[in-house]
Amino acid sequence: MTETALSLRNVSKAFGNMQIIRSVTLDIKKGERHAIIGPNGAGKTTLFNLISGRFRLSSGEILLNGARVDGMPPHKINRMGLSRSFQITSIFHRLSVFENLRCALLWSLGYRYSFWTPLWRQRELNATTNSMLDELGLGSRRDTPAGLLSYADQRALEIGMTIAGGASVILLDEPTAGMSNTETDNAVELIRRVSTGKTLVMVEHDMKVVFDLADVITVLVYGQVIASGPPAAVRANPAVQEAYLGALAA
Amino acid sequence: MKKGRSVQAWIWIAALVVAIAMPWVFYNYHTGRQSGFVVSMLSQMGMMTILALSYNMLLGQAGLFSLCHATFFGIGGYATIHFLNFAGDGALPLPLELFPLLAGLAGCALALVFGYMATKQRATAFAMITLGIGELMTTAALMFHHFFGGEGGVNSNRMIGHSLFGFKYGPSIQVYYLILAWTVISALLMLYLTRTPLGRMANASRDNFERVQFVGYDPRMVRFLQFALSGFFAGVGGGLYAITYEIVTFDALAAPLSANALLMAYIGGTSAFGGPILGAILITLLQSGVSLMSNSWLVYVGVLFITMVIFAPNGLMGLIAAHGPIVSAGRFGRLLVPYARVLVPGLIMVLGFVGLVELASFLTIGAAQGKTLVLFGKPIDEHAALPWLSAGLCLIAGGFWFSLEARAFRKVWDAIMTELKPGRSVA
Repeated sequence: MTETALSLRNVSKAFGNMQIIRSVTLDIKKGERHAIIGPNGAGKTTLFNLISGRFRLSSGEILLNGARVDGMPPHKINRMGLSRSFQITSIFHRLSVFENLRCALLWSLGYRYSFWTPLWRQRELNATTNSMLDELGLGSRRDTPAGLLSYADQRALEIGMTIAGGASVILLDEPTAGMSNTETDNAVELIRRVSTGKTLVMVEHDMKVVFDLADVITVLVYGQVIASGPPAAVRANPAVQEAYLGALAA
Repeated sequence: MKKGRSVQAWIWIAALVVAIAMPWVFYNYHTGRQSGFVVSMLSQMGMMTILALSYNMLLGQAGLFSLCHATFFGIGGYATIHFLNFAGDGALPLPLELFPLLAGLAGCALALVFGYMATKQRATAFAMITLGIGELMTTAALMFHHFFGGEGGVNSNRMIGHSLFGFKYGPSIQVYYLILAWTVISALLMLYLTRTPLGRMANASRDNFERVQFVGYDPRMVRFLQFALSGFFAGVGGGLYAITYEIVTFDALAAPLSANALLMAYIGGTSAFGGPILGAILITLLQSGVSLMSNSWLVYVGVLFITMVIFAPNGLMGLIAAHGPIVSAGRFGRLLVPYARVLVPGLIMVLGFVGLVELASFLTIGAAQGKTLVLFGKPIDEHAALPWLSAGLCLIAGGFWFSLEARAFRKVWDAIMTELKPGRSVA
């Protein structure tokens, strides 16, 4: 069990009569870079929403580092070491880039709901935030309101906020969506760097990114896992070719 | 950045000096006392500053649109009246200076109870719950006579003969300085709160409550704590109210005061910390100044509010802040002429509007009170056509001219902004 970071057991989700996720069972090993791919509407983002606690499961269970997390509110799952990013950039628009990142660090450094700690005097916190800003390449935008950043910078900040809390399992939802080629290359580099030693699960449409980064690929079609394994095996899988890659070629 | 901050600090210190000196500017040598009107207006400004700032802990800082903020102000007031009565009976040996602290605790305690309900929700649902709470408290104030004293309210005597500094607190000037001290303390504490983890996460949950959960925080808990703390400061304000007037009626916790808190915070500007202070001062001035001159002063407050919501959603402070980069680039001079050109038709338009409102009000309320409208020493017949026509003409022609000048002003403004930094946002 300890080898598995994230484990989904017969996870299902229905909205009314619509069965979105159909009995997904998936084990993701510690330290693995795992990509979830599939055509539009396959339920990839819904799966993320289930894992991160944003939606409740209809049935099944989810284990994070061996502990049940399904049914928990998102903030508790986050505190247990799972962090996620959003497909549509989700940042604090009116706060500065620095404040955004610092907010993402606060809980993990034990500040909780303190209303007596003066933030400006927290040397370690502020130094960590600054060095993360540099790592993300956002050092020069430190005091810019996050809402005014360029799209690529906002995506970088989004990834930064996701990894800031030191979570061991990171879910990235289409981290490179809408980026130019150069921006995508930079983002892949950034993801590779910051996910070292962590378990990474990502939803991605860009096959280049997927085959660049992932150790294991899972293919989701109509809420069902139709294949899961190393990139070469998945690429060779006839069912995958028919359902997904084939559709792209045609 | 650093320089701008120290300039700001100096402005606030100067404002404090003005607040300290103001009663002596209006010193009446015949009676040997400060003007009672000015002292009571300044006192009111102090309390309202605390109320508006504490309201902005919700609206501006946490994005919570509360409609029951006066509840906590009022409960602080009632609690203080009862504490004063205990003290008068010798049952509470505490100096008067510390009573606002008790009032704050009362406000906080009630905010913990009501906040537990209201902060389960956010946005519209939160606003509706707070509306319900406000109504509930107004009703309770009329029902439970022992505590609230019904329509007549409860009264007390602030001269309990116990002070840290040996003051009697008979003359209202002494009370004013007590209010001023508590206003400064409260404002500094609230400023401090904005720079703590809770304060920051309140901002964060205002911007994006969903994301807050995914950095490990429970947005509900953030709202709850922020609400309780804001209730504390509202209570402090209510305590000062009770000490000043020595009587508290349900006006102190009813909906109009909640609306006032909203008006002050919004007109002053919710996105800057100091905004509500400006709002509190301005609204109090209107309330005590204009209400003496006109029956329809509430119309003016309402129109001011609507104008601000439409044209300056960041309030007075937002308007001032928008000029910051222009002033520091030394280009404010170029705005002077356009400002003057907007001002003239603007004044004519306002005059026309005020004329119409006053004519209407003298036709109805004024007539009932047996007053006549007097302008430049001449009585004006509100039944005649000429005053109506000239006021209407002022409003329409002034408005038309104003909109032309405003367009020209906008052009100059935009040109300066593009020169300063292409693509810079004014917000």
